[in-house]
Amino acid sequence: MAIKVQRVKLSLWERLFIPALWNGFKVTLSHFLSFKKSKVYEEKNKNNKFKATLSYPEELWTVPPGFRGAPYLVSDQDAATKCVSCQLCEFVCPPKAIRITPPGEAGETAHREGAEKMPKEFEIDMLRCIFCGYCEEVCPEEAIYLAKDYYEGYDKNMMRRDYALTGSNREEMIFDKDKLLERGGTHHDRIKKWEKKTADAKAQEMFPVEDKSKKERE
Amino acid sequence: MSKVSTTQDIEIRDTAANMAAADELTDVQGEKMVLNMGPSHPATHGVLRLRLEMDGEIITKAEPDVGYLHRGDEKIAENMTYNQFLPYTDRLDYLAPLANNVHYVLAVEKLLGITDDLPERCQYIRTICCELARVSAHLLGLGAFAMDTGAFTVFLHTFTEREKIYCLIEALTGARFTTSYTRVGGLSRDLPEGWLDELSKFLDEVKINFDETETLLTRNPIFLERTQDVGIITREEAIDFGLSGPNLRGSGVEHDVRKAQPYMIYDRFDFDVPVGTTGDCYDRYAVRILEMRESVKILRQCIADIPGGPINVDDGKIVLPPTEKVMTNMEELIHQFMLVTQGQDAPVGEIYFGAENPKGELGFYIHSLGGGTPHRLKIRAPSFVNLSILSQLLPGHMIADVVAILGSLDFVMGECDR
Repeated sequence: MAIKVQRVKLSLWERLFIPALWNGFKVTLSHFLSFKKSKVYEEKNKNNKFKATLSYPEELWTVPPGFRGAPYLVSDQDAATKCVSCQLCEFVCPPKAIRITPPGEAGETAHREGAEKMPKEFEIDMLRCIFCGYCEEVCPEEAIYLAKDYYEGYDKNMMRRDYALTGSNREEMIFDKDKLLERGGTHHDRIKKWEKKTADAKAQEMFPVEDKSKKERE
Repeated sequence: MSKVSTTQDIEIRDTAANMAAADELTDVQGEKMVLNMGPSHPATHGVLRLRLEMDGEIITKAEPDVGYLHRGDEKIAENMTYNQFLPYTDRLDYLAPLANNVHYVLAVEKLLGITDDLPERCQYIRTICCELARVSAHLLGLGAFAMDTGAFTVFLHTFTEREKIYCLIEALTGARFTTSYTRVGGLSRDLPEGWLDELSKFLDEVKINFDETETLLTRNPIFLERTQDVGIITREEAIDFGLSGPNLRGSGVEHDVRKAQPYMIYDRFDFDVPVGTTGDCYDRYAVRILEMRESVKILRQCIADIPGGPINVDDGKIVLPPTEKVMTNMEELIHQFMLVTQGQDAPVGEIYFGAENPKGELGFYIHSLGGGTPHRLKIRAPSFVNLSILSQLLPGHMIADVVAILGSLDFVMGECDR
């Protein structure tokens, strides 16, 4: 069903601008005197319920849980890198901001027992990153995650926290593995996949595989 | 060599010189002035350039020049999987990213043939997203329109309301602007706890804002002078130029994709389609105000009816499995890798899906040769089509009316140039 829009014909009184002026002042005054207290802002702005604005920078914005901040790498409770260099995040990243260099054949082995690989180099170009969260979503190891706040992982003594994720040149904004791990901090491994795998492998006496082949060659 | 060769200088002018010469010619021939409006002009809402030929203050010829924000989104889409393209749809109509997300995945789901498998809760959340985006986009459209016609206060008040919407969107999706909320076959996350209560609080408050906007504008003699009987698009013209959305309905054509070809669950809701009578700027304004009120009505019905249950399609070949399962089961891990690297395996074929975006009918035409990437993805951007009428509409109007007309057409260049 359609509703027709009403056409307005003004009376002579209304054409004198006086009612329009009065209406304008009415709206502005009602806002000025804060008759319209916003319930939506009550949570956000606990200090002053009547204000729609924040007294930035004294007052900082609190972000809701589930905020998608900058992507960082995390380490587990043993301070071991969780990333196994599967390159799924590199593949899925829509703006191609992630670059992973795999360790190669003679590369460094993973920190965690049982895990095969660990990235040799892991770079995220924070200028290209669009904070879509796909990397976190596809990671099969929960090794990369999006910061839950815009200042997470920053040294408070270094700078004001709302100046997080800033740099003075492009090179500075390409975060390497060490920087990403430092910012990411420790996330406890809740599933402990590799510990289980190692235990399973040991139980079946198939581990370590490469040692067996070496013995055969000898 | 006895042959005498002669050389002749041929004057080859560069583009700038050519244009200067052309301007000189028009200056000589008539008393017309060519005015460049845009690409960076506050009233052109982005990077629209208008080449206006004017006789005094009256426009005799108008040429819209688009493409300053062209990023090649359609070509980019050909090189990535369907889910990967989703963040790019945020940046089409950047005033209603949630609606773009929803309509894009609906198009892909139509191609995959899983439209009927979507869970109820997912459809309700998507409807909430679309309508919230519509309210947000219209609030900005009206605020900017009012500001263009000289009423600055309205702009500030509508922006305050939009801020509340962005708070809600931030809590829902994790980002205020670039939402990237939906996924093919579902959503990236469920509603946060207590979000619907926040939404209904907002709906109470936004109604006050609609009333305020109406108080300030609807019977304001200055606003009426600037909008009534300005920029009239007749019913026939609107249909001929393929307008859609509030601009089409402002001209009195009762066509809303939500009613004409109901998609998702729009056939369940009770809402009306506001239509104008004259097709001038004022009608387009009034249609938008009424449309927001109808959106609030739909949102209320959504809040009342929303069921529980899953939010994703139960199919490991379309939706990423939960992380716990990926880390423990081999099958889910394989699905995860296959889905991310190859995408959803779409059948060979082509589909078009058009849906009612805040600016008009946003359509996605996908031509698939099978596999996880589209062979061609065409975006029917409503703003682009709506702008095509400018060269017909503007001549005969005064230069000051251009601002009002552009404001009332309410376009977004991100979508127009895509």
